Amino acid sequence: MEQFIQQLVNGISLGSIYALIALGYTMVYGIVKLINFAHGDVFMVGAFIGFYSITILDLGFFPALLISMAACAIFGVLIERIAYKPLRNATRIAALITAIGVSLFIEYGTIYIRGAQPEAYPNNIVPLKSLEIFGVKISGQSIMILAVSIFLMIVLQFIVHKTKIGKAMRAVSHDMDAAKLMGINVNNTISATFAIGSALAGAAGVVFGMYYTKIEPLMGIIPGLKAFVAAVLGGIGIIPGAMAGGLLLGVIEALVSATGGSLWRDAVAFIVLILILIFRPAGLFGKNVREKV
Amino acid sequence: MNILTKAKGFWGTIGLIIIFSVVIQFLINGGTLNSFYVNALFSIGINIILAASLHLIIGITGQFSIGHAGFLAVGAYISAIVTMKLGLPFPVAILAAGLAAAIAGLVIGIPTLRLRGDYLAIATLGFGEIVRIIFLNIDYVGGASGMTVSHLTTWPWLIACVVITIVVIVNFTNSTHGRACISIRENEIAADAMGINTTYYKVMAFVIGAFFAGVAGALHAHNFYIIQPTNFGFLKSFDILILVVLGGLGSMSGSVIAAILLTIISTFLSNYPEVRMVIYSLVLIVMMLFRPQGLMGTKEITSFLKIGKSAKGGVQHDGKNTVA
Repeated sequence: MEQFIQQLVNGISLGSIYALIALGYTMVYGIVKLINFAHGDVFMVGAFIGFYSITILDLGFFPALLISMAACAIFGVLIERIAYKPLRNATRIAALITAIGVSLFIEYGTIYIRGAQPEAYPNNIVPLKSLEIFGVKISGQSIMILAVSIFLMIVLQFIVHKTKIGKAMRAVSHDMDAAKLMGINVNNTISATFAIGSALAGAAGVVFGMYYTKIEPLMGIIPGLKAFVAAVLGGIGIIPGAMAGGLLLGVIEALVSATGGSLWRDAVAFIVLILILIFRPAGLFGKNVREKV
Repeated sequence: MNILTKAKGFWGTIGLIIIFSVVIQFLINGGTLNSFYVNALFSIGINIILAASLHLIIGITGQFSIGHAGFLAVGAYISAIVTMKLGLPFPVAILAAGLAAAIAGLVIGIPTLRLRGDYLAIATLGFGEIVRIIFLNIDYVGGASGMTVSHLTTWPWLIACVVITIVVIVNFTNSTHGRACISIRENEIAADAMGINTTYYKVMAFVIGAFFAGVAGALHAHNFYIIQPTNFGFLKSFDILILVVLGGLGSMSGSVIAAILLTIISTFLSNYPEVRMVIYSLVLIVMMLFRPQGLMGTKEITSFLKIGKSAKGGVQHDGKNTVA
């Protein structure tokens, strides 16, 4: 039982990282209907910026997190402006190929600039002691991850539901042309979406680095894919869905690892994905919309 | 165009290909082509088969599948088992690889082809990863360290497979079934309303595509001495997808040309490993920004040859609605 709860805690920590990345996927997909494959690489860039801020600039955890989020936001907007904006009216598949191209470019560009060798996060950044509740050891870092993730999600909910830009984002995602007619600056709204999504991915990167210690240029691929699975799981385009999907996926993975199937962990994520797509294509939180002729 | 001249053109082309392949065979035997060029040639052939098979699924039927490396992996491993573990001859291995991949296509196609657009893409991507992880966890085929395979892929087998693939897929495209597939690509709901059994045709195209991907897998496995699950990740699927999109969705000759061009580019770039992927990805982005419809659009190379005559009406479309 203690083992089970321990795994549950690990799963929730991992799941909240997935959830942070998934939020970016789901927001971008909700607005421009594009699977932004480069999102996982923004997560990687965030991890590296956080790493260099901590080791070279000698900053603490929170300043590093903020720098990484800001840099990733700018990076995300740049990607959108340079690579995705010209293709907004092109076919979906052309946009998807561009996203794959951007993803490869970021990965191998990073390798070209700094080499492929991994780095290790210093493990004394967070001065929190681990808690022990009923024999279950919860590390300070797990609590920190959870706190950061929940805080960022609350901020995001606030931005989307209470601010003007959030209203514009919801309008654009509902109907881009109608939003344009109502005087919403669609380009700026899309840029803002990319900025927010990328900032969350950057935060996830720093948190991931802190939790798993090891970072490397190709680390974004698998978490990126899993986060997308999480977004689909919760219903793509739905923000609470992405959170729930991420947490659920993290817990499922941790439980599969706990039962001795750690080699099958990645496969289980995709099997869950296929099952969800077959039985509930709109995701757990989504409504099924019938296509009209 | 009547049947006679069409048939003449067909046999003429086959004749040219036979002459071409005999010349290449002599060059290989004579040692004029060194192993670097021979390897490049074999990669081109395998990539042509892969591009053609995915072209049938994406370009003709409009089903956005990005798990093609899964079928490639099934073909590679089954053929390797047939030759290395069971000791059967290479042709049997090719056939077994194709059939096994086709069965995999059937199994994955029936449930997932109800999905469309991006959802289908993600489901097939997931399928490709599942196949890779399954092979990673089976000790019989060597797990992560992979399986050694003897080099059995020869030039005659390769060229024969390439020609058969192209002939079968072109003929399928021009048949009633192919027309039905094109109508699904253009508008699935309308095709359904016109009485076309869309599920049947989608699965059919998927299975045929998978079959040839399996054949390519057999040739791939017996060309590279060793097969490992890491060779069949989703990056491989993307490579194949890129061939098809770069050539132009819905253009068979485009896929073939892109397969030739990109294989040559990446073979020569392999001399500069540190910048190879950077340049490759830049080419991809620039290409999509300036020519999102691909090299050939939806045109076939034959439509350039007969200037003044109208090109085949049914195959052309505006390229906007290729993927739902």
